Amino acid sequence: MTVTIAHYLVLAAILFSIAVAGIFINRKNMLLLLMCIELMLLAVNFNFIAFSRMLGDTLGQIFVFFILTVAAAEAAIGLAILVVLFRNRRSINVDALDSLKG
Amino acid sequence: MVTTVLFYAFAAILLVAALGVITARNPVHSVLFLVFAFLQSAVLWLLLEAEFLAITLVVVYVGAVMVLFLFVVMMLNINVEELRSGFTRYLPLGIGVALVVVIEIANVIWFRSEGQAFVTPTPHAADYSNTKELGGVLYTEHVFALEIAAMLLLLAIVAAITLTMRTRHRPGLKVQDVPAQVAVRAEDRIRVVKVGPVKE
Repeated sequence: MTVTIAHYLVLAAILFSIAVAGIFINRKNMLLLLMCIELMLLAVNFNFIAFSRMLGDTLGQIFVFFILTVAAAEAAIGLAILVVLFRNRRSINVDALDSLKG
Repeated sequence: MVTTVLFYAFAAILLVAALGVITARNPVHSVLFLVFAFLQSAVLWLLLEAEFLAITLVVVYVGAVMVLFLFVVMMLNINVEELRSGFTRYLPLGIGVALVVVIEIANVIWFRSEGQAFVTPTPHAADYSNTKELGGVLYTEHVFALEIAAMLLLLAIVAAITLTMRTRHRPGLKVQDVPAQVAVRAEDRIRVVKVGPVKE
């Protein structure tokens, strides 16, 4: 039994759904939410690379390169916001962030 | 055959690490599990012959982004128990949503892929360079996208610094006043004194 591209796609699907489950069960911890988003992006990158391999087209790998760039920028800004939030509220509980509630 | 064994071994470790990320009690353990998951993914990307991205994932992601996460977790004094209070309450919902996603995607891939064979192409020759191939298109066809990505990273640096910087106002603390420094003129600093010749 050889490994086909479908195996990688299913692996990426399982990884993505673990990340989705993580967002549901850790929905109070903002840091865990950021980490689950990183896991989701990893699963998406898996799909891009698998299809790039299957089609013999390097464009998929170029796209993964840019996704990694954007994810790094997102992590940096997200963590900066998190630090400012913790400095002001002494907590990173998502439930505590209801100042904009009408 | 070796590839199959490697794939299943690393895929299993990757999924265990991903489960560790979302279930670990301590956020530091979560970050370390995430680092482990990224390392396993890098190996799997090597199996897919994406060598450059595998190395990039280890160097950039594990080396920079995850260390940033680790620093932030250790800087914040997080009350773990309060944040985990809804864990068991939302566990069935999380598992249900995850199962639905997996079943849908597996259904599409395995049962609805009518005649579309997901075959793996033959491996590249030993002298094939993935990095050279990527560089060949990245700096020619996609050069504008590359420059936009560079601007985006600059923006991220500026945004992160402006968000987290705070100016302290304590008496006796010597700080630089940047606008005053920029607005300074030569006349404010230097006084040209005309000195006449001195007779003895």
